[in-house]
Amino acid sequence: MYDDRKYTEENMPKTGILLEVENTELKDINFGLVTAARDTGANEVLAFTTEELGTEAQNDLARYGVSQLIRLRTDSADITSSPDNCAAACVQAAREYGLEYCLGLATAFGRDIFARMAALLDVELAADVLQIDFKAKTAVKSHFSGKTMATVSLQETPGLLTVRPNAISPVEQPATLESSVFQADIQSQAKVAVKEIKTSDDRKMDLTEAPIIITGGRPIGKPENYAMLQECADVLGGAVGASRAAVDAGYAPHSMQVGQTGKTVSPNLYLACGVSGAVQHFAGMKTSKVIVGINKDKDAPIFEKCDYGIVGDMFEVVPALTKALQQEKQG
Amino acid sequence: MQIYVCLKHVPDTAANITLKGQADYEAGAVKFVANPYDEYAVEEAVQLVEKDGSGEVVLVTLGPSEAVTTLRSSLAMGATRGLLVKTDEKFCDSKTTARALHAAILQDGSPDLIFTGKVAVDTEGSQTPYRLARLFDLPVANEVSALAINDGSAVAERELGAGNREVLEMKTPCVIGTTKGLNEPRYPKFPDIMKAKKKEIKELALADLDPALDPRPNLGKLEPVPERSGATMMEGSVEESVAQLIRTLKEGKML
Ligand SMILES: Cc1cc2nc3c(=O)[nH]c(=O)nc-3n(C[C@H](O)[C@H](O)[C@H](O)COP(=O)(O)OP(=O)(O)OC[C@H]3O[C@@H](n4cnc5c(N)ncnc54)[C@H](O)[C@@H]3O)c2cc1C
Ligand SMILES: Nc1ncnc2c1ncn2[C@@H]1O[C@H](COP(=O)(O)O)[C@@H](O)[C@H]1O
Repeated sequence: MYDDRKYTEENMPKTGILLEVENTELKDINFGLVTAARDTGANEVLAFTTEELGTEAQNDLARYGVSQLIRLRTDSADITSSPDNCAAACVQAAREYGLEYCLGLATAFGRDIFARMAALLDVELAADVLQIDFKAKTAVKSHFSGKTMATVSLQETPGLLTVRPNAISPVEQPATLESSVFQADIQSQAKVAVKEIKTSDDRKMDLTEAPIIITGGRPIGKPENYAMLQECADVLGGAVGASRAAVDAGYAPHSMQVGQTGKTVSPNLYLACGVSGAVQHFAGMKTSKVIVGINKDKDAPIFEKCDYGIVGDMFEVVPALTKALQQEKQG
Repeated sequence: MQIYVCLKHVPDTAANITLKGQADYEAGAVKFVANPYDEYAVEEAVQLVEKDGSGEVVLVTLGPSEAVTTLRSSLAMGATRGLLVKTDEKFCDSKTTARALHAAILQDGSPDLIFTGKVAVDTEGSQTPYRLARLFDLPVANEVSALAINDGSAVAERELGAGNREVLEMKTPCVIGTTKGLNEPRYPKFPDIMKAKKKEIKELALADLDPALDPRPNLGKLEPVPERSGATMMEGSVEESVAQLIRTLKEGKML
């Protein structure tokens, strides 16, 4: 796609990405972001982080094509104590490194920091994009709760974008990585302060980050029955979701809800068990790469809009699936 | 307490969107409603004024003349009055939107609090509250699902994912973008709907507000999302269909 353009050291677009790190671990969803920023190898990717990363993480980043890893630091203001400070440091780094584009993940953290950056810089922000075409200077994002796709133009510099986790599959493209520290010189701009992070006891993979999701709808019947889906998710390396009907019935917390009024997810594989297939549910998961419906009604609407289907009782099909997957793993 | 709530007039999420031309849709064929996330904002504002015992809740919309009906139904939730800044541009860019809302609020009064929804369900921009806060030079928190206002300060909670929650503290006035969980928006009763008919809605054109405001839609193309054409069904007994599914997924490198 870029064959007709010659990239030299000077005109190779520099794209910056803001990494997401949790408990000093680099999340897997960062690699798709690197691929998005790298764009068939035509861009130089600078990865920014507020935390110290180990050698393993550095090697992984190099493998996907990051050539500079830059730790953001400030002496004058605490980056982690306020999203305002973090955004101000990112803005300064974007200017200092002459970034043409800044990419983040459309997660709670990324959405917040990038919108703060957009406000500070007074430039456009393309939120939650699914594709980027750097050459045409456009990005594709959802409009009308996933019913249509909009192509928006990226006219300003730096171009700010957040990318839907898992929407762009990571592709390895080795680069030589150098690490450095960027000392941002910002006055504290903290208008909001992080008072506390409340952590939940049972730490699960976040739905929006999961490469595989198995969802249970209303027929799950009671909260305890989600254990059946969790068991399957554990073998798959995925997370468990719920429909709104199941959430409204009190079987699952709202944080597990997929759909228009819940989470928007884009996993590689989405297994919908006992889910009828309402448009509002599809609004949150239709960009999944493959959708499988498991429903006991052969005429359920879900089968009209998914890739593979099994007609059957989820209380039989799911355990059978878990068992078969476990057997595969063992031998 | 003087509270402003930014409320967008958007197509009902259950509505079918019929596209026309390169980047347009048939608005006439669609039912419009208040942006669902903005209803949490209205409810929160109304509750705060009710608790405070004095003040008003002013709804502010940038949109077409038809948005009056959306404003009326939201006024029935207990808001005091409305401001409609008129534009026929369906896809007004976010920078202009924020400037228009800022100018309209500034002209009207001085806010103790400004509420928005976390995202507009039509253009899915997720940025207006931040831009508005910047223009007012106020603190902002978005995706807020729990809020406590004490004199001079606000404590807001947002979900971070994986069940974690972030607690943010800021001074008031501030801008709060609301989401599900904050409250249960009320269904207006008949007398409230009747009362809302008499409430004031001030209309003004975008250009009258500020001639420099020029909506620049940033939309090249609007396309339907291709629907899947129907599932390939796995056949046989439970064990057989499960085995066939695993095989298929493995071939497709999904497992
Ligand atoms: C404004 C608005 C927003 C909404 N937002 C969302 C949202 O974010 N997310 C969401 O999910 N919904 C949302 N909804 C609700 C949506 O319209 C549907 O009502 C909901 O998705 C239905 O949930 P369900 O499929 O679990 O339940 P049901 O509609 O009850 O369907 C259950 C399905 O399971 C099948 N079944 C029953 N027993 C079994 C069994 N033992 N094994 C296998 N299959 C079985 C049935 O055949 C049926 O197809 C929203 C609605 C509105 C109006
Ligand atoms: N045209 C508009 N009129 C009034 N409020 C708006 C408008 N556009 C956006 N908003 C507010 O900003 C929030 C976020 O919108 P957005 O940034 O477009 O996703 C919405 O939930 C509304 O509260």
